Amino acid sequence: MSLAADALKNFEKITPKNIPLVEPLSKGHRGCQGCGEVLALRMVAKAVGSSMIAVSATGCMEIITSPYPQTAWEVPWIHVAFENTAAVASGIEAGRKALIRKGRMADDGAKVVAYAGDGATADIGMQALSGALERGHDFTYICLDNEAYMNTGIQRSSSTPWGAGTTTSPAGKKSKGQMTWKKNMAAIAAAHNIPYVATASPAFHLDLMNKVKKAITEAITVPGPAYVHIFSPCPTGWRCAPEDSLETARLVVNTRVFPLYEVIDGRYVLSRDVKKPKPVEDYLNIHRRFRHLKPEDIAVIQKRVGQDWDRLMALVKATNPEASAE
Amino acid sequence: MARRVGLEVSLACAEAAKLANVDVIAAYPITPQTHIVEHLAELVADGHLDAEFVPVESEHSAMSACVGSSAAGARTFTSSSSQGLALMHEILFIASAMRLPIVMAVANRALSGPLNIWNDHSDIMAERDIGWVQTFAENGQEVLDLTLHAFKVAEDARVCLPVIVNMDGFLLTHVIEPLLMPDQAEVDAYLPAFAPQQRLDISKPISMGMVGMPEVYTEAKKATLEALLGSYEVVKEHWAGMAEQFGRSYKPIETYRAEDAEVLFVTMGSLGETCMTAIDEMREQGLKVGSVRIRLWRPFPVEDFLAAIKGAGGLIVIDRALSPGVPAGPVATELMGLLYAKGLKVPVHNFVAGLGGRDVTREDFKKMLQKAKDAFAAGGEMTCEMVGVKE
Repeated sequence: MSLAADALKNFEKITPKNIPLVEPLSKGHRGCQGCGEVLALRMVAKAVGSSMIAVSATGCMEIITSPYPQTAWEVPWIHVAFENTAAVASGIEAGRKALIRKGRMADDGAKVVAYAGDGATADIGMQALSGALERGHDFTYICLDNEAYMNTGIQRSSSTPWGAGTTTSPAGKKSKGQMTWKKNMAAIAAAHNIPYVATASPAFHLDLMNKVKKAITEAITVPGPAYVHIFSPCPTGWRCAPEDSLETARLVVNTRVFPLYEVIDGRYVLSRDVKKPKPVEDYLNIHRRFRHLKPEDIAVIQKRVGQDWDRLMALVKATNPEASAE
Repeated sequence: MARRVGLEVSLACAEAAKLANVDVIAAYPITPQTHIVEHLAELVADGHLDAEFVPVESEHSAMSACVGSSAAGARTFTSSSSQGLALMHEILFIASAMRLPIVMAVANRALSGPLNIWNDHSDIMAERDIGWVQTFAENGQEVLDLTLHAFKVAEDARVCLPVIVNMDGFLLTHVIEPLLMPDQAEVDAYLPAFAPQQRLDISKPISMGMVGMPEVYTEAKKATLEALLGSYEVVKEHWAGMAEQFGRSYKPIETYRAEDAEVLFVTMGSLGETCMTAIDEMREQGLKVGSVRIRLWRPFPVEDFLAAIKGAGGLIVIDRALSPGVPAGPVATELMGLLYAKGLKVPVHNFVAGLGGRDVTREDFKKMLQKAKDAFAAGGEMTCEMVGVKE
């Protein structure tokens, strides 16, 4: 059986010296100031390059890049609906596979890359995503997670973190805002035993682009999908200054709230070991979505972040037996 | 040379998709199930058909994967029914708006609730406005021929629209019928490989499925409507081609002993066959009755229909679905609207019959005729009646 790890043995990293100049997602889109999501998507597109077939869910990234008759896409791009991006991508992959096999189309090496927001991934599109991951189509799925339904006016999703105020999880006398914990989509993707899963943040742009590049690189030789979950700051929805977008993307990692890691053939690899985490307060204080939280609420979050980190470390240890023996 | 075979109609439909050399089948087998998908899976597994079989996790994903596959330039087929068709609903409109030539066989069945997997037309009547070309088959041979015809129409550069072939669940899909199975060379002559107008191609990037602001939405809808209306001539042209290639000819509207009929039954699907048998029996009793069967449902063949009913003293329209809360069933409602628009005062009597697998027998036709004739004679208003309701 071919492994993603073998396919990535001679992986040529993207470095500050060879950052791709190509811009499949061109300028002129209608994103908000400081949008961390479109920045992340631009990095994704640069890492994939001009052989990308982009499959978009309904959402911010769809509407800001495709108001007919304008398009910001320099590569073939398709949008169908909200909840079916993974299914559409699986159809494209299947269609291309059949046409290439039957000699009706040359293999042009195009990469099918689907992207969707957290609502389109963790809520309404979860079934279609699970189906496509389980069937093992060769495609890359990117979740651009801005932790709520932003396009429609900041409604909570299952990816909204505990304590965040949204228009459908408002803080009030009897509520601290979102009262549930963020769904762990990367773990759910990894549970499908696909070759490659990763988390990324646009504040660590080389790490992000390399993960996307790895996802499409392993796909050349390893059958099966890849899943990359990208933390995508939304100043509009999180109620912070546009210029704080990248800082928040950095702090979320450095507070251990959103750890960066890969799951390669089921093996957990930490991308950034946050040895001296900053207090979660540093991250939470930037957004007005958390401003109603009291010190005791923040303590609850701090505790949970610690537990989640410990669990991740346990997974790293458990899936790297040789490393732990050394 | 065509072979004479006895074949379950579901399998005949699958064989037609195989003869069409489809590239992708994305289907969910079970809400409720037919043998169409099973047989295609078998053909692929045995290497008789070189296609990607995508066993999706729901009909919503089936139609979504079909959209993707068709956009990639592949000849794409799926099949559905009842609840599954209802689950696809959202994507059906998008498939036609994106002008993707997907072909779908629909085994018409009742919608829940109560849960019922048997035949009627409630599933497809909820999908009248999806913008697809739609035909209704009467028997197994028609299922096979209309499936081949569907690809020909869908992929025609003048059309570029998805097509549904309707066939009655169980009454057609699960019965074995004698039919002529064309050979591959004949089919290839009729239906060459799919040459898409546009596809997702990195050497020629296009954006598909873009946002339609209020400034362009109306025009986009108008363009799709024009394509659907324009498909009428293409549908007829490819039926003519079918007659030439296979020796079987089809028309948008079929009539039976209608020329001198005083009263005409209007049916769709397999009910037409029972209706013809009943008409023969009634004719023997001296009743001047005939029938009109709608084969092309979308775009509705207005002129063909008007020509078929010319001279009739009354119409008995049989609906196999309810349209709750309005005076008549869906087919009768449309036909009455059409007659009114044309200034025709043909009396119409509407029966809703055969819901959820209830048999509609020759005797039922005779009773319907009597009731309708009484109503026509009394000069009364149009009524809609449910047939055979147990009190």
